[in-house]
Amino acid sequence: MIEGILVEGLIYSILALGVFVSFRVLDFPDLTVEGSFPAGAAAGAMVASALNLSPNHFAKALAVPAGMLAGFFAGGVAGFATAAVYHRLKVPALLAGIVTMTGFYSINLRILGGKPNLPLIVNNPMLNLARTFTGGLLPPDLSLLVACALVVLLIFGVLVLFFHTEIGIAMGALGDNENAVIQAGIQPGNLRTWGIMLANALPGLSGAMAAAYQGFADVNLGQGVVAAGLATVMLGELVVRSQFISVQLLRVILGSIIFRALMYAARSWGYIAGITPNDLRLLTALLIIASVAVSRYGRKRR
Amino acid sequence: MIRVNDIVVSFGIGGGQEHTVLKKLSLVVERGQTVSIIGSNGAGKSTLLNAVAGTVPVRAGKIFLDNADVTAMPEWQRALYVGRVRQDPLAGTAGDMTVLDNLALAARKGPRRFRLATPPKFAREMEGKVAQLGMGLEQRLKENVSRLSGGQRQALTLLMAVLSRPSVLLLDEHTAALDPANAEMVGGLTRKFIAEFELTALIVTHDMKRALEQANRVVMMHEGEIIADLLGAEKEKMDVAGLVRLFKRARGAEYAEDRDLLS
Ligand SMILES: Nc1ncnc2c1ncn2[C@@H]1O[C@H](COP(=O)(O)OP(=O)(O)O)[C@@H](O)[C@H]1O
Ligand SMILES: [Mg+2]
Repeated sequence: MIEGILVEGLIYSILALGVFVSFRVLDFPDLTVEGSFPAGAAAGAMVASALNLSPNHFAKALAVPAGMLAGFFAGGVAGFATAAVYHRLKVPALLAGIVTMTGFYSINLRILGGKPNLPLIVNNPMLNLARTFTGGLLPPDLSLLVACALVVLLIFGVLVLFFHTEIGIAMGALGDNENAVIQAGIQPGNLRTWGIMLANALPGLSGAMAAAYQGFADVNLGQGVVAAGLATVMLGELVVRSQFISVQLLRVILGSIIFRALMYAARSWGYIAGITPNDLRLLTALLIIASVAVSRYGRKRR
Repeated sequence: MIRVNDIVVSFGIGGGQEHTVLKKLSLVVERGQTVSIIGSNGAGKSTLLNAVAGTVPVRAGKIFLDNADVTAMPEWQRALYVGRVRQDPLAGTAGDMTVLDNLALAARKGPRRFRLATPPKFAREMEGKVAQLGMGLEQRLKENVSRLSGGQRQALTLLMAVLSRPSVLLLDEHTAALDPANAEMVGGLTRKFIAEFELTALIVTHDMKRALEQANRVVMMHEGEIIADLLGAEKEKMDVAGLVRLFKRARGAEYAEDRDLLS
């Protein structure tokens, strides 16, 4: 149980990190994630399944990592589409995201070969990879957890480094005050495009991992992920206050684990309060409202 | 050097409410010259600075900075030549980033690289620069800019505007939103930085006394036109009372015209 929550929390924290980049760093309310997350799942499943069928052991071993890379790029492409619509047509961010998200539903179906879902052939390929990785020294659940933790740690480290580089600082300033970025002689549109691509590449990667974890990709995997990501980001902000980007990124991961734990609790023991799995979306919405309300109240009190 | 040739700036084009603010305005500012721009509200002073910086497009005419024709350049590209401070202390800085990060953003103009933005060497260098502001901000480099007072934030914005040694400095009533003590302090820093960095500057102000003190040339605008341009001996002889008289004469001419039309 606890391993399940942690693994899910870690996998979906990568999605939430993308939501953090768009909503918080870039101040760009991006709904593309509803398309880029399943795009990552679809591309990841397709690549992983193809490599899984390969007789070459090396290719087989690389099936899931290659799928994750494919998911990362698929998400980035979705982000690029949104950025292009936003900058070329000068439409609001929300509309640009809706356009991409809608278009990607069909694109994702095409990636999945016209079917609404695609199994990854081998049962739980993620687990198989994780076990090869830890050399069978750890029990299966634990080795999966270790593998996910390593991936998240790597992404966290790279993001912390990135946001301390010149480009990262400029990206942070862009969401804060675009004029300050323009005064620095930086083309704001290009910078925002890279940012939006990153904000969707991460969910793409997350989608590929989720598909590998559950053993199949589904075209409807994206439904509600923006809200889930936002709830995660806000939960983290509620728990830890900080102006430091490293802590802000870390609390997203923490928020993701808390969010998954809450969802797990609602699924397992919600029946006591009459909560069914159908109510989980409502719960997510209430969680967002509660987070906003509490942080408003807290800010006033300070 | 700034060369503005017969620029025309209009607002509301195509909307039926067309309003031409700058009517074939020309102005040449030599390298190292500091020019005060004064004039009534709505005279077009901010619009002139916006046109030079590329914030508003010109309908006709040309703008040169350091002999480069920048008329068609977008604002971010022109920023390579231009440092700017506006009236609003929030306008030039990113509030949710640290003082040091803001300085890193402003220290160099142009595209960024994957390189550590604020290495220790840079932080030490900035400590010295920020100490020149005399506000103790060198102790607060790691604090978010939103925690600074309006005066501190405007002083920081001024430092950010000159840090990369731009060829042109544009200041638009940059002390107007500050209390008198802070206005005096930022005004003093402005003179100091212009001298130290040998900047070419356009300074819009409604404070006639400061306009005369801070610059070696005073330009008076009215309804989108330059109605007086005082330089050299003429400027040295001028005092606040003289400026007010000049101003009244311009307004008076307009009243006289109105009377002619009515009679
Ligand atoms: N963005 C804008 N859109 C429409 N009209 C504007 C805009 N900016 C300035 N104006 C108009 O241009 C005129 C000159 O304004 P401005 O340059 O701000 O004057 P000043 O700075 O000398 O007080 C005013 O009539 C103002 O209403
Ligand atoms: Mg003005």
